[in-house]
Amino acid sequence: MSKPKIAFYWCAACGGCEEAVVDLAEDILGVLDAVDIVFWPVAMDFKKSDITALPDGALFATLLNGAIRSSEQEEMAQLLRRKSQHLIAYGACACHGGVPGLANQFSREQLLRFVYEEAPTLGEDGRSRPQLESEANGHELELPRLHQAVRALDQVVPVDYYVPGCPPTPKLTQEALAMLLSSNPPPRGSVLAPDTALCDECPRKSSKPSDLSFAGFRRPHEILLDPEKCLLAQGVVCCGPGTRGGCGALCVGGNMPCSGCFGPTSRVRDQGAKLLSSLCANIAAKDEAGINLALDGIPDPLGTFYRYALPHSILQRNVSQAARAETLSL
Amino acid sequence: MKTNLTNGDIRIGFYICHCGHNIGGVVDCTAVAHEITGLPGVVVSRDYKYMCSDPGQELIRNDIREHALNRIVVASCSPLLHEHTFRNAVEAGGLNRYFFQMVNIREHDSWVHTDHAKATTKAVALARAAVLRVRFHRALETTRVAIHPDVLVVGGGISGIHAALTLANAGKKVYLVERDPSIGGHMAKFDKTFPTLDCAACILTPKMSAVRANKNIKLWTYSEVAKVDGYVGNYTVTVRRKPRYVNEELCIGCQECIEACVFKEGKYPDEFNVGLSKRKPIYIPFPQAVPQVVVIDPERCLQLKSGRCKKTCVEACADRQAIDFTQKEEMAEIKVGNIIVATGFKLFDAKRIPQYGYGLYPNVVTSIELERLVTSSGPTGGEIIMRDGRTPQSVAFVLCVGSRDFRTNRWCSRTCCMHSMKLAQLVREHTGADVTVFYLDIRAPGKGCEEFYDKSLKDGIQFVRGRVAEVTDWALTPEEEGKLVIRAEDTLAGVVRRIPVDMIVLAVGMEPQADSQAVRRLFNMSCGSEGWFLEKHPKLAPVSTFTDGVFIAGCCQGPKDIPDSIAQAGAAAAEAMALIDRGYIEQEPNTAYVVEEDCSGCKSCLPLCPYTAITLDGTTQKATINAALCKGCGTCVAACPSGSIRQHLFEDDEIFSEIEGVLTHA
Amino acid sequence: MHDANWEPRIVAFFCNWCTYTAADLAGVSRLKYAPNVRIVRLMCSGRVDPQFILAALAGGADGVLIGGCHIGDCHYVEGNLKTLRRFQMLKRMLAEFGIEDQRVRLEWISASEGDKVRSVINEMVEQLRPLGALALREQFKEWGREVADGQPVSVALGEAKQETEVAHV
Ligand SMILES: Cc1cc2nc3c(=O)[nH]c(=O)nc-3n(C[C@H](O)[C@H](O)[C@H](O)COP(=O)(O)OP(=O)(O)OC[C@H]3O[C@@H](n4cnc5c(N)ncnc54)[C@H](O)[C@@H]3O)c2cc1C
Ligand code: SF4
Ligand code: SF4
Ligand code: SF4
Ligand code: FES
Repeated sequence: MSKPKIAFYWCAACGGCEEAVVDLAEDILGVLDAVDIVFWPVAMDFKKSDITALPDGALFATLLNGAIRSSEQEEMAQLLRRKSQHLIAYGACACHGGVPGLANQFSREQLLRFVYEEAPTLGEDGRSRPQLESEANGHELELPRLHQAVRALDQVVPVDYYVPGCPPTPKLTQEALAMLLSSNPPPRGSVLAPDTALCDECPRKSSKPSDLSFAGFRRPHEILLDPEKCLLAQGVVCCGPGTRGGCGALCVGGNMPCSGCFGPTSRVRDQGAKLLSSLCANIAAKDEAGINLALDGIPDPLGTFYRYALPHSILQRNVSQAARAETLSL
Repeated sequence: MKTNLTNGDIRIGFYICHCGHNIGGVVDCTAVAHEITGLPGVVVSRDYKYMCSDPGQELIRNDIREHALNRIVVASCSPLLHEHTFRNAVEAGGLNRYFFQMVNIREHDSWVHTDHAKATTKAVALARAAVLRVRFHRALETTRVAIHPDVLVVGGGISGIHAALTLANAGKKVYLVERDPSIGGHMAKFDKTFPTLDCAACILTPKMSAVRANKNIKLWTYSEVAKVDGYVGNYTVTVRRKPRYVNEELCIGCQECIEACVFKEGKYPDEFNVGLSKRKPIYIPFPQAVPQVVVIDPERCLQLKSGRCKKTCVEACADRQAIDFTQKEEMAEIKVGNIIVATGFKLFDAKRIPQYGYGLYPNVVTSIELERLVTSSGPTGGEIIMRDGRTPQSVAFVLCVGSRDFRTNRWCSRTCCMHSMKLAQLVREHTGADVTVFYLDIRAPGKGCEEFYDKSLKDGIQFVRGRVAEVTDWALTPEEEGKLVIRAEDTLAGVVRRIPVDMIVLAVGMEPQADSQAVRRLFNMSCGSEGWFLEKHPKLAPVSTFTDGVFIAGCCQGPKDIPDSIAQAGAAAAEAMALIDRGYIEQEPNTAYVVEEDCSGCKSCLPLCPYTAITLDGTTQKATINAALCKGCGTCVAACPSGSIRQHLFEDDEIFSEIEGVLTHA
Repeated sequence: MHDANWEPRIVAFFCNWCTYTAADLAGVSRLKYAPNVRIVRLMCSGRVDPQFILAALAGGADGVLIGGCHIGDCHYVEGNLKTLRRFQMLKRMLAEFGIEDQRVRLEWISASEGDKVRSVINEMVEQLRPLGALALREQFKEWGREVADGQPVSVALGEAKQETEVAHV
């Protein structure tokens, strides 16, 4: 019997997730024993046509990392969806939109204008926008269209499983593959990570006081962090309480606060809103001025609370009048 | 407790009430019922004239049986009014009472909107939200809380006294806490009471003595409530007992110490006689005071101020040794199940209307001052005299001083017309003086009151209708010389009149106590914008407050006379007794709960609970909520960053679907 | 895109003890106010999860009004203070989302202030008019059109379960 066919693909991502697969190190050999990798553009030479040629559902699974923000990525997501029995959103960007999803703070027009016309690094003659269609050496060239918004994978195609993390840890990846290949895989739609928040597995949990109240907030570079004590107790925004565990508290282990990459638990619709809710409720100040002073310690609330999950949040993106007006010209 | 409750398929019954014309006159109820029919899960959708009536409730009960309904939605009035009624009907129909949701389309819709189409659209939206919400409802059990049988009564005026006695006579233990050194309140200062003109002391003194004699009443005068913790049935109250420097147990009230005080004469304004007489640093508020215990004013007593006094009082007390200069403020903690607040009123400060000359002209007095003057035990032995000792030949009463006036207080103080007529009659009786009453309207609606007004007219009291503009001593004519002149428009005759008199009595109105806001917070009550304590419902629950187990009686709820105060006091006592005798109170099971396997033990919720209901389990390192302590605010539910706390009756799913429901386009 | 009959829609979260009661009082007093508001009753303003506010906006509300007891008067001591703290941050965050300040409002309305319910709602409706419809539901659909199987947002967390529920009381 032939081994199950597996594909890896990346969309709007930094490459870290690919790195994470490589991070399996010698364990990757075990994976290779169990499956056939038939598509992995980052590591091996395959063409899109190799996939197109396959019958629908021919792939056992595709691990797709990265968010979807262009027509090309959408096309590939759809193609791979068709060809795969299991489509797995691999990594924070595919699961929730990830860091690229922070682009949703701006409208597409704002982004293009800044990047191609206003960025201070551009030279005088560099200030022009790429055209979607152009001609060179007698060839018609086409560029993928940038979408209005960055999307998580499941906002474009149905997803079977989610492996969260920025990037997912090798352990999680291995467990996920093992679960998939087992005789009794988890129900479709599952997130292959624990459904309790990070504090549960954090080594600093016991140092967290039960009467936490915030006089203010500090960013990690502003203080000398105690390597033993709960970070929230040191006034540093740690997203652990509002983020799925499963990472083994790696960031906290590196004396950095959790920034939320595993996304919310299943019971939460909007990770940012919930983080905000719990943190702010526990501010010490009792008057508006004092409260605002404390809040000044979080200069970028959206980037802090939605670092990885903006596209999956309830509002999903900048919804200003200007951004809404742009749609009309779509 | 665990109950297995099978919900089965969701089968919703929807009912919209016309409430006669109250709702039906604005909202197209039939259209709403029709609109709701199409929603998923809705099996029955009806409109009916009066849902809260017996046949209305019967309709629900029948449908539950006939159509195997398992969720009920009623669109009618406010849930604060009838949720209980319908939950009972649902239960009588054989369903768990919490498989019910109410939609407020009267108070929040038909009564506040005029556009029929828009009101109907709104009703549909609200009804849809409830129908979506009710699908998530789960069977719950009502929790019971035991009621501690003791009661705290705050304020020892006639209201507090009556409430305390009623409870004590029924065998309940009562703590009566009064701020002043004696109970009695305002009534103790009156000579006679309208409309019967019976002597105030004759009816009040026996009640005050009864308080002293009653074994079930623990009387704490010169005391105030400092702190209230807990909830209905289980209040823990801290009472601050101010030092009176006299041991209550040892003092027998002989008052020899007062006699012996180094001050030979009274020197300081006597509070009870509203400053019309003087007292010593050691004094008894008034002869019939309860308790019969003297009190030392630390601001005035030489020993307490400087430590250098001959302490003749101590000598006089001799071996009774009741005087104790070392007394300190004490805090006493008590447990009670119910609280009755009867803190009364304060009088409007007449100086706030300078044109009436109070404080400027010595013979302009307030009605309470006149009360003291006519009382035989008062500062003048019951003689109505002016400051120079003469008996007035003519007296004028100015009504509505500070009341019914947008510049001061808008409300009617309710007793001024009556007590002014009472005092007017007494003035005529005592002095034969001419009496003129300046009024806006005579309000004499109580039993026997209109007759009392008639009697006043027959007694020859003059009534002039019009607001007094000014009181002056500036004489324009010889007969005004040496008199006070009232200038007022006589609105019946249509002329402006100047009337010279010897004495003017200002019928100052009632106001909420100066500390009413603090007291309100202490007992977790609400106040109307004027500052009177707010009853739960103006008609149906006049002595209840929004806090279960806290009742109000007497003038702290609004101006009223003695009969009404007593009636409220009795009602409050009865309400408390109803709870005590049942022994428990049923509570909304709207408590929060932690789903243990979901909780990460992040401790974000722990500091948020005002009742410290949330703790971290030592072994599991997960949060747990003590349902007996949780009061269901939901603050922790909103805060739990991993969504691990849920709240009965206010589940996330329920609220999200309500939001979705109100927003779906018709 | 929006018709002339557009009327602002406001979802209001009122605490049971003060603001909801005040709204009842407005009714009993027969005060008249704009029919644009839909009130959701919660026990305390402290129960207002910021998710609810976002869900209301995403679900089609043009404005959200939160009503609680005055500071110091919360039936549960300080629930409203926690709301105030969250609200201050939420305002900052909503600004980053491009949502105008006037669309989300926090008001302390005591049980006796029926008239304030009326004036706040009327005022808010008038302030929303010049801003126009937020209409995020339609907007999300519109944006969704750029991908083939765009998933529309749903406000509710899940479907009602026809479950065999074990209630813990
Ligand atoms: C001049 C005048 C004449 C009147 N004549 C009549 C009449 O003839 N007939 C009639 O029916 N009505 C009359 N009234 C009305 C009558 O005074 C009231 O109906 C009655 O006094 C109300 O009693 P109460 O116990 O509610 O309040 P109060 O008499 O005001 O008693 C309240 C008590 O509570 C105490 N207290 C206040 N705050 C606290 C606190 N925080 N802690 C502890 N204790 C506190 C006060 O010291 C006081 O003892 C008259 C009113 C006025 C002003
Ligand atoms: S808040 Fe952060 S540092 Fe503190 S216990 Fe939780 S995960 Fe660990
Ligand atoms: S906030 Fe939630 S997750 Fe954190 S301890 Fe409380 S219940 Fe547990
Ligand atoms: S709902 Fe309120 S009272 Fe109950 S546990 Fe949570 S914070 Fe405490
Ligand atoms: S109960 Fe009204 S805000 Fe808390």
